[in-house]
Amino acid sequence: MLLRSLHIPKREFESGTGWALKPEGACQGDVCIPLSKRASDTVDVRQLANDIGMPLVEAPEHGLWALGPASINSRALATAEAPELTLPDLDGNEFKLSSLRGQKVLLFAWAPY
Amino acid sequence: MWQALRNEYHPKGFELVAVGLDTLGGAGCRAFIEAAKPQHPSLIDQHHVLADLFGVINIPSSVWIDERGMIVRPAEAAPAPPQPGGPTGPRVNLPSELPQRFVEIMGEAVKIKSDAQSYHDALRDWVNNGSASRFALSPDAVVERSRPRDNAKALGHAHFALATQLEMDGHHDAAIPHFREAHRLVPESWTFRRQAWSLEKVIDGPLARFWQGPDPAKPDAWPYDGDWLADVRREGAENYSEPWRP
Repeated sequence: MLLRSLHIPKREFESGTGWALKPEGACQGDVCIPLSKRASDTVDVRQLANDIGMPLVEAPEHGLWALGPASINSRALATAEAPELTLPDLDGNEFKLSSLRGQKVLLFAWAPY
Repeated sequence: MWQALRNEYHPKGFELVAVGLDTLGGAGCRAFIEAAKPQHPSLIDQHHVLADLFGVINIPSSVWIDERGMIVRPAEAAPAPPQPGGPTGPRVNLPSELPQRFVEIMGEAVKIKSDAQSYHDALRDWVNNGSASRFALSPDAVVERSRPRDNAKALGHAHFALATQLEMDGHHDAAIPHFREAHRLVPESWTFRRQAWSLEKVIDGPLARFWQGPDPAKPDAWPYDGDWLADVRREGAENYSEPWRP
């Protein structure tokens, strides 16, 4: 997840990382990681990164940070529950993977190079 | 090819979601998408969030997700349907004198293995039988089969994301060290490598992004340790795509 600030709205952190911030901790499906501080409407990314175990890389001269994914149980997936995926189409319209619940979905990755 | 398959399975409650992994966004993907005229969602992923969220390390690859939103097969190679069909991309007029590098790339590419028949038999079985299909894996098997990721690899993903944003913001030279770090930390990712290589302009024309390697006239100017041809030869073209597992 790309960041221009280390203090961002809770909702932005949740949609950017796939981790829902609940009273019991940061959760993905049935996996929850306790947090050192209960999340408020604006979250401290550095603290959350530390709690969840997400690497943070910075390019301060460009005012930019990148938050890497967690590595729960040393696997890419912490749970089989599909994370929300929101991406734009060619016209910039945002599409949500969850809008296809009720259908089988084949997510297909390709590249023009 | 995928479009025809999607149309066949769509009445059975199936949808294809194509995601183009390209930091150049629409500028890189548009010609291919417009040529394919997809009736299914066709999305653009400039930061490769599919790598972070699903563990995608190569293309073409797929993730199968059931009606309840449960992943039943994690990221794996997704070969094109086995029936004969034309290319999906826009027609590229090959120069009459193909540069030697492309002759060599094509020579390696034909050695890349795929098991399209097994993959597509399994897909058909899942579309028809859902959770009763033996190819729909249990949640535990899905997690266990997803890509290995330790803290170092996660850090590599962060470097890659940073590199893509720097590139998008016009800071090409600043992006390179972060792409290099991503390659060092996640050496198994072909998409991390191919994306970075594709952003180095060595030749002009429609094949520019497939060059993926140094300019023979000035090899020292190439900013990466590997390139497509060298890496495929080192790792073996037959190992380029992981074998399909039932």
